Amino acid sequence: MAENQWPLWEVFIRSKQGLDHKHAGSLHAADAQMAIENARDVYTRRMEGVSIWVVESKYVHASSPDDATSFYEPANDKVYRHPTFYDLPDELKHM
Amino acid sequence: MRVNIHHMSVQDLEKIFQDKIDADIRIEPKDWMPDAYRKTLIRQMSQHAHSEIVGMLPEANWITRAPTLRRKATLIAKVQDEAGHGLYLYAATETLGAGREELLEQLHTGKAKYSSIFNYPTLTWADMGAIGWLVDGAAIMNQVPLCRASYGPYARAMVRICKEESFHQRQGFEILLTLSKGSAGQRRMCQDAIDRWWWPSVMMFGPNDDASPHTAQSMQWKIKRFSNDELRQRFVDICAEQVKILGMTIPDPDLKWNEQRQHYDFGAIDWDEFWNVVKGNGPCNKERLAARVRAHEEGAWVREAATAHAEKRELKKDRA
Repeated sequence: MAENQWPLWEVFIRSKQGLDHKHAGSLHAADAQMAIENARDVYTRRMEGVSIWVVESKYVHASSPDDATSFYEPANDKVYRHPTFYDLPDELKHM
Repeated sequence: MRVNIHHMSVQDLEKIFQDKIDADIRIEPKDWMPDAYRKTLIRQMSQHAHSEIVGMLPEANWITRAPTLRRKATLIAKVQDEAGHGLYLYAATETLGAGREELLEQLHTGKAKYSSIFNYPTLTWADMGAIGWLVDGAAIMNQVPLCRASYGPYARAMVRICKEESFHQRQGFEILLTLSKGSAGQRRMCQDAIDRWWWPSVMMFGPNDDASPHTAQSMQWKIKRFSNDELRQRFVDICAEQVKILGMTIPDPDLKWNEQRQHYDFGAIDWDEFWNVVKGNGPCNKERLAARVRAHEEGAWVREAATAHAEKRELKKDRA
């Protein structure tokens, strides 16, 4: 990393109370405080958020897209986890 | 079934990649992609980011001389948006493995290009209107299809940008509309700005399709959804109608509705001028680049101070 290169941060924004924080993008900043302030200027210029999380990108661990097929395979043959799997008569109400 | 990409041939990987694109499945940063796709994106996205950043300069020129407080607040907000757009795009480009420092270096050394439109001067207040209406209008025309670009981070950045650009175009048209209802001098100023910005805006869509060698590949990769000439025609058709509301004219004697084509015909573009500006000989190329480099250099102490401040705060935290 170049000497003047600030670390990269991932920005998550809650758009209103009651909703999840959602990934908005990333930015560079010297520390967490600056990352939050920069995130406000970059990602909430039009009241898009009521709360901001920042996480230094190097701390985000991700699943590998190369392994996606095998990684999610266990759920692949378990359609019985969905309510529509069960065959019930139309007369049955409120279920 | 476990698919191990390390055991696959490049041809197989390329097929899987193209199949995904054909099925409109977005490509994300960690997915395998052909080198040429990555390179094309880095070039296009960084050029786009640079354009947003350099694009602040011609408009910043008028902030201190905006005619009213309302116009001034609007112009500041618009220029600040451009900075934001540059940052969204730099961040998206970095997901492809390009470093921010490296991207800036390419801009500052002239190795990377930015949109030629910003190498024209902003001579009067009416230029703020013409830029909003025509330059941002052309940019929107180019950018809306990019919201569906095959690379996820690019498409997501573009969605955000397009939402914000709409105000830019509307405020520009409002400036011109106000001038068009003003004194004879103000109307002249309005027409003069349209006269100067029209052709450079039409050129923003890039070379004609037959002179645009990368278009076919970009379309196959769904980075591009429409050809330069298709988008240009759409822009001309829309502006030819909008200009009537201003009671002004477009400086093209060949502009004429073609009943058969259901489009406006328009005059030949001066491609010599276009290439001349691209090659660095436009009216403001040197000035723009110098201003950008100066801003970066004069900002060095701020970056250093922020780093020092962060370190000091970290030390304090450890001691507490």
